[in-house]
Amino acid sequence: MKRKEVFKGLWQKNPIFRQLLGMCPTLAVTTTARNGLAMGLAVLFVLFFSELVVSLIKKMVPPQIRIAVYTVIIATFVTIVDTVLKAFFFQISRELGPYVPLIIVNCIILGRCEAFASQNKVSSSLLDALGMGLGFCWGLLVLASLRELLGFGQILGVQIMPAAFNPLIVMILPAGAFLVLGFLVALMNKIEEWKT
Amino acid sequence: MKQIIKISFTLTTICLVCAFLLALVYNGAQAKIKANQEKLIQDSIAQLAPDTTRQEELQLGREKLWKLYRGDEPFGYAVIAAGQGYGGTLEVMAVFDLNLKKIKGISVISDSETPGLGSRIREKSFQSQFQNLAINETKQIETITGATISSQAVVKIIKEKANELQKSLK
Repeated sequence: MKRKEVFKGLWQKNPIFRQLLGMCPTLAVTTTARNGLAMGLAVLFVLFFSELVVSLIKKMVPPQIRIAVYTVIIATFVTIVDTVLKAFFFQISRELGPYVPLIIVNCIILGRCEAFASQNKVSSSLLDALGMGLGFCWGLLVLASLRELLGFGQILGVQIMPAAFNPLIVMILPAGAFLVLGFLVALMNKIEEWKT
Repeated sequence: MKQIIKISFTLTTICLVCAFLLALVYNGAQAKIKANQEKLIQDSIAQLAPDTTRQEELQLGREKLWKLYRGDEPFGYAVIAAGQGYGGTLEVMAVFDLNLKKIKGISVISDSETPGLGSRIREKSFQSQFQNLAINETKQIETITGATISSQAVVKIIKEKANELQKSLK
């Protein structure tokens, strides 16, 4: 039973391709695989600790203020991540810049805290966070890799496409993000169809 | 009534704990963050004007600028120019020659531009266009595809700073 909790975030309830949550950072920072990965890991960290704390204090929070409380907790962890990045991973902090504070309003985190962590025990919540966080990570990685490949001819800065390849800059622009995302969502739906 | 007290108390306590935790992390990281910023500035100066043997830090109002010397001879100024980019404040380090008519080079210090697009103003290919460029020839600068506003903001910010310095350093 426990293992299923982790897996649902990875595939059936993947936050990007099935739940279509957290679209803002998904579309904005997946311009290179490295940015996508960094954002994914930051979200995973925040999601993990936010669900942990929310689940721990669930009995103590009056329902009327739960959203305010969850937001304060999430904002605290995001600020910690932002500060740590600025201090110890300066380059990445400069690349992701304004999008790290925006993790606070990433619906995946508030969504999971409200829909799951507030009503389940700590161990399940942690697994849920891992599943959703990793699901978000690989989703971002795939999306970012495709966009970087088509838009720059590279993945993680390594030139993959031959020199003759004319990069499609539109893939780096928001329009390209929607295009690749739509294609991937359709692909996932198709795979689900084939499975049944 | 009891409800309101419980609600206020819980929310306040949680906020206090979070604030305390944040204060701890912030204090612990401040020194490192400041050091990173300083290093970035010094690295930029070293990269843009490698033959600098000495820097004289000047205060102009609330701003700092560095007068650069080669031996005993001053040969230029390094200054951080800030202004509005596409996504927020843009800080660019510019090294000018002594009469502030020529740009020796630029380096982006901090920006909030779109990752992958506007953030490309940090790339060598964009910044090298500014090397040894006269202030009134900035029309030659090619903007980055998909990042017109960011590119133009860099030019505007530098020109404004040069004009400003020309007036104040007379």
